[in-house]
Amino acid sequence: MQGLSKVYATRDGPVRALDQVSVQARRGEFLSVVGPSGCGKSTLLMIAAGLLSPSSGTVSIDGRVVFHPRTDVGIVFQSPVLLEWRTALGNVMLQAEAKKLERTAAERRARELLGAVGLSGFEDKYPHELSGGMRQRVSLCRALIHNPNQLLMDEPFGALDALTRDQLVLDLQKIWNERRITVLFITHSVPEAVFLSDRIMVMTPRPGKVDRVIDIELPRPRTLAMRETPEFARYSREILNLFLARGVLCEH
Amino acid sequence: MAEIETPGAPSTALGIAELEASLERSRAQREWRARISGILYPIGVVLGVLAVWEVGARMLGVPAFLLPPPSAIGVSFIANASLLLFHGWITTAEILLGFVLSIVVGIPLALAIFLWPAFSRSILPLLVSSQAMPKVAVAPLFLVWFGFGLLPKVLIAFLIAFFPIVINTAVGLALIEPEKIYLARSMGFGATATFFKIRLPNALPAIFGGLKISITLAVVGAVVGEFVGGDAGLGYLLMVANGSMDTRLLFAGIVALTVLGVVLFLLVELAERLAIPRHIIAGDRGVHETA
Repeated sequence: MQGLSKVYATRDGPVRALDQVSVQARRGEFLSVVGPSGCGKSTLLMIAAGLLSPSSGTVSIDGRVVFHPRTDVGIVFQSPVLLEWRTALGNVMLQAEAKKLERTAAERRARELLGAVGLSGFEDKYPHELSGGMRQRVSLCRALIHNPNQLLMDEPFGALDALTRDQLVLDLQKIWNERRITVLFITHSVPEAVFLSDRIMVMTPRPGKVDRVIDIELPRPRTLAMRETPEFARYSREILNLFLARGVLCEH
Repeated sequence: MAEIETPGAPSTALGIAELEASLERSRAQREWRARISGILYPIGVVLGVLAVWEVGARMLGVPAFLLPPPSAIGVSFIANASLLLFHGWITTAEILLGFVLSIVVGIPLALAIFLWPAFSRSILPLLVSSQAMPKVAVAPLFLVWFGFGLLPKVLIAFLIAFFPIVINTAVGLALIEPEKIYLARSMGFGATATFFKIRLPNALPAIFGGLKISITLAVVGAVVGEFVGGDAGLGYLLMVANGSMDTRLLFAGIVALTVLGVVLFLLVELAERLAIPRHIIAGDRGVHETA
């Protein structure tokens, strides 16, 4: 992404959401974006997905500039965005239908994926019969069934309780370890970002600019116990200090 | 209510499996009782009202032209069964034609309102004001234009019934989380596929809500048409019975109309059940289930 800016026209005049953001995601890398609410993190993801067009700047993949919605990625939104009239399996298969994948093979793969996130036996349940965490897992499966080479996640675990979050973070790490696809992970949870990422891009409050990009050099696979280690704490501290310096956080 | 467990003596002697089994049994029992009472109670109320009516009308000596007892209405219903059937059939045809016309015109109109904002801006005020106008007032005009036959009744039924279909369909199509549309685009669905796979199914509960209002209004429309100028149909029969002070036949006609209305409504509901999974039908989750 090169020099991305996004300005929204609102009733109170133009609002600058993103200001000259540039970032290069490496292939197979887990890249997180953390920042305060309203810093344009979600806007950044929508632009990366080709769903919004930037006011200036470009998004390019392998040197090719993106103009249209990208269909070669998987997206997980903050809410699961499942279709209520389709079962868990049917929701995952929606992606396969869109991509016109061969049906029986796609269905086998959908069942495998649902099984991998602990949802075997729930394939024929409707969304309202699933818990919040389960729904988000279905949403994750839907984003993975077409073997995308990039996964875009917009605060995917933001609406879940702490325990479910921990489990999904572990599940996500396992999936990423197996496939090594490029992940762009938007979050406002510092520990989540440190736990999962190869690199973290910290953003400033509005208008969102890149504050600092931090390499996380913790060994993988990471375990929950690692969150108590001094290295982990050092990374968290570094990000929190940035927030304190920018006035995002304020110690009394 | 009845769902709340009353704390009894703690059954420490029982194992957890037995406790579960007994809980399951009492839950099944409660459910069964609720289902039975849901059928029996309304029947009981109706029978009670009829009994009070019957006894009251006879004991107080209310003249039959004012309020005939239910038994007399029943006798009249059976005696005039073929008459009621003949006129009922005509009214049914008017209602169904008016209803089908409402769907055929209403849904494309809603689609156009949804797709073209300019069209919506120019047509919506007209639509809304057409609804403010009392339809009964137009009925004599339709009579002048289209005569005494089936057509004016069908048109009045349509005029009354199509509005809820238009509004509910247009609102249902527009009401969708933006994420669902983003999702469709990122998956690579085109406009047509997005409409049929996501937007239309998403709108179905609202559309059926409109259809259910519409079918009851179509009944009203057809009867109003027959009142104003008809030579057949249940509405016409009511007018005739009224004119000859045959209150028993009048009541029998009302019963026939009520049954007709309920049956047609249930048919639309059946179509809804077939079209969409039960749990997303609008307003289907009853008060008791939320308790």
